[in-house]
Amino acid sequence: MDAAGGSLESVALTMHIVIIGNGIAGVTAARHIRKLGDHCITMISDESLRPFARTALMYVFMGQLTLKSTQLYEDWFWEKNRIGRVHARVREVNTLRQEVALESGGSVSYDRLVIATGSIPAKPGIPGENLSGVQHLYHLSDLDTLENHVRSTRHAVVLGGGLTGIELVEMLLSRGLQVTFIVRENTFMSRQITAEESSMITRLIREHGVDLRLNSGIREIKGQTCVKSVVLADGTEIPCELLGITIGVSPATGFLSGTDIETGRGILVDDYLCTSVAGIYAAGDCAQLRAPAPARGAVEPLWYTARAMGECAAHNVCGVATVYEQRIWYNSARFFDTEYQIYGHVPAITPDGIRSLYWEHKSGRKSVRINYEAETGSVTGFQTVGIRYRQEVCEQWIHARKPVSAVLTELAKANFDPEFSRRYEAEIGMFFQQQTAGKP
Amino acid sequence: MNTSPDESLSLARTYPAGIRPLQKVALACCSLALLCLVLSLNSHPILQLVLIALATLTGLAAGALWYNRSVAGWLAGVFISGFYVCLYWYPAPLSGLVQLLDPLSYLMRGRPSDQWFLYGFSYTALVLIMGIRFMYKYRRNAYQRWRTISVMFFQLIFSFLIPAWMMAMNQPEYYFTYFWPLKYEYLFPDHIGWLTGSYVHTGIFLVCWGAIMSFIAVPVLTWYFGKRWYCSWVCGCGALAETAGDPYRSLSDKSLRAWQVERWMIHGVLVFIILATLLLWLNSWKQGSLLGSYSHIFSRSYSFLIGSMFSGVIGTGFYPILGSRVWCRFGCPQAAILGIIQRRWSRFRITTNGGQCISCGNCSEYCEMGIDVKSYAQRGEDIVRASCVGCGICSAVCPRGVLKLENGTVKL
Repeated sequence: MDAAGGSLESVALTMHIVIIGNGIAGVTAARHIRKLGDHCITMISDESLRPFARTALMYVFMGQLTLKSTQLYEDWFWEKNRIGRVHARVREVNTLRQEVALESGGSVSYDRLVIATGSIPAKPGIPGENLSGVQHLYHLSDLDTLENHVRSTRHAVVLGGGLTGIELVEMLLSRGLQVTFIVRENTFMSRQITAEESSMITRLIREHGVDLRLNSGIREIKGQTCVKSVVLADGTEIPCELLGITIGVSPATGFLSGTDIETGRGILVDDYLCTSVAGIYAAGDCAQLRAPAPARGAVEPLWYTARAMGECAAHNVCGVATVYEQRIWYNSARFFDTEYQIYGHVPAITPDGIRSLYWEHKSGRKSVRINYEAETGSVTGFQTVGIRYRQEVCEQWIHARKPVSAVLTELAKANFDPEFSRRYEAEIGMFFQQQTAGKP
Repeated sequence: MNTSPDESLSLARTYPAGIRPLQKVALACCSLALLCLVLSLNSHPILQLVLIALATLTGLAAGALWYNRSVAGWLAGVFISGFYVCLYWYPAPLSGLVQLLDPLSYLMRGRPSDQWFLYGFSYTALVLIMGIRFMYKYRRNAYQRWRTISVMFFQLIFSFLIPAWMMAMNQPEYYFTYFWPLKYEYLFPDHIGWLTGSYVHTGIFLVCWGAIMSFIAVPVLTWYFGKRWYCSWVCGCGALAETAGDPYRSLSDKSLRAWQVERWMIHGVLVFIILATLLLWLNSWKQGSLLGSYSHIFSRSYSFLIGSMFSGVIGTGFYPILGSRVWCRFGCPQAAILGIIQRRWSRFRITTNGGQCISCGNCSEYCEMGIDVKSYAQRGEDIVRASCVGCGICSAVCPRGVLKLENGTVKL
């Protein structure tokens, strides 16, 4: 367990560090601040007293987990590590008096502040989007409203073809609803994922009985108080009792307006995750990097990056100057029963100077893609569907700029599939070697 | 600040808050009444069988809909435990069912059926039927398919057919897949005396087999594969837990407190059985002067308390209340030995794939041994725990494929 002791760098003073938000960024920051010293820590959240895994909300809805089992730590953990928790909503931050005012009245003063408020779901700006039955999937309370609406729903529509959208579709299917999935792109996530994988996932979605409408959008939401139907861009009207909107998220910074904390899309932070006000840091979805790494986003609303930022912010808060490095990108997802992984740089459209090797199993349910530099042969990225690769190995190869020829001979090392699973590395290696033959 | 576990969590579903003690008593009475009804139908074994099957189905439904486990689980738990008690110590009302198996018993063992044949038959049938269900449920996972084939094979062949066949051949009823200290008597002096005395050559072979398995095969195989080679691939207790117990795996207690209790209890039983064995040998070497007639009483009380009550009645009957591996986790001395070897020396571990854990909690929820797998995975640590039986369900239910059971380390 994370013991409190073993401070790496003792800071002479004991500070009161306040963290706004108890998502993965806030919780990670709190844990690391405790590891680094004996400061007084207070974590404020209006969502839940007990930090939980937002990524697991779908499993709670599907009856696979209770909310209790999604809690990040048992209750004793917070007491043992002396991390104070306040269940309240922050009204405003007073940077002059170094005080956080709560909506419930009262205020909390701080020596250092970490803002980790995460995101709010984006709204599309369609007429009727405030009707009852129109909802998002982000906040804990969204699960309550979803549960209430689902009981009187036969047909549901989900707008927005991202990772959250497909999760919501799966949740609704698990309750036996008919689901229409409205996606702007011409194949699922074609802006993020290469064409072959994107069409494979598109096929999988349809195989699961989803009425998938590509190249589509919603023009209007009809209904008196509750949603009755949606009108698509092409004029088609689809009757529905529930509309899930999952078109992305934007940083939750509203409560900072009027302060001297500078914001853009998100809270602007420097390389040390420090905001424009000294002593105030931001981490996770709500932060916007002033100088993002090449080919990387200034705002990266992702569980994994939020966790890394939380850790980095904790160090800087405690006086251990640490630059936030956007390390080798990785992400993972699951589309129904098919897993997806990406390591390194695999953009939807392969850029000039990069070659892309693609193998697809004849079942059309598994694939492996390896990107490498045409000139040097160094691998730059891996993307798999239905096959698990080992993060440590892939990252090391990318980091060491290992030549693709050497990678292909050692591909089996990267496999992370369960024991006894059928292995395809030999087939993939041969297939790729034929493709690379004659090229550098 | 509120501290009760459910208040701050706005619940998407309203789970029953649990049942009060008096309600538990009432439900237990209902179950016992049903059991009495079943037992009173001794002259109608078919009807008995139907009722028992129905009660078992209730139990399974309790597992499948475990949000309501408090009521259905309690009913099923008391019923199964009661049935066990009856089968072990008061088999008379089950004589109809026992007779029903006479033809099979004559065919297999050349003698009439008895309560233990009924027990072995139902046990094996449950493992096979629920094993097929399990294989269907995890059909996409090759590890689960092979593992289930293995437990079904060992239960059917080594724990049911071979012992019966040995009896038919006028040989001792011997279980090749159970060793000391789980089958404690296999290395007790009087048992060895009986085997070598009554069955000379076979007896010597069986004693050697038992000793080799206990002292050589167990450490070597565990060093190589971890505890799983036995607990979730071979052992009959494991077989029932993995197949019939599957719907209840999430009921295991994951708290730190439970882990503390577990370590004291399981090692306590191990120390006790080792001391008992030594004492019995010393007594035998002293020609019985040490314990006198107490040695017999001692063996019998251990076999009643640990062998029957703990591993049988509580271990199996309480599946719907405490989860499927209560015995394996808190009581089995074999598991204790395997666990110590696994924790200290084995090459086996569960690897976490870098930083990919999303802390969803599925792994911990479905760990039948009550290991808080997530607490390791979310910090990117590998899991090396004495209690892990290597069933691989954490890996199977992980939505991001973060966990992998492995022997040895992968060199980059």
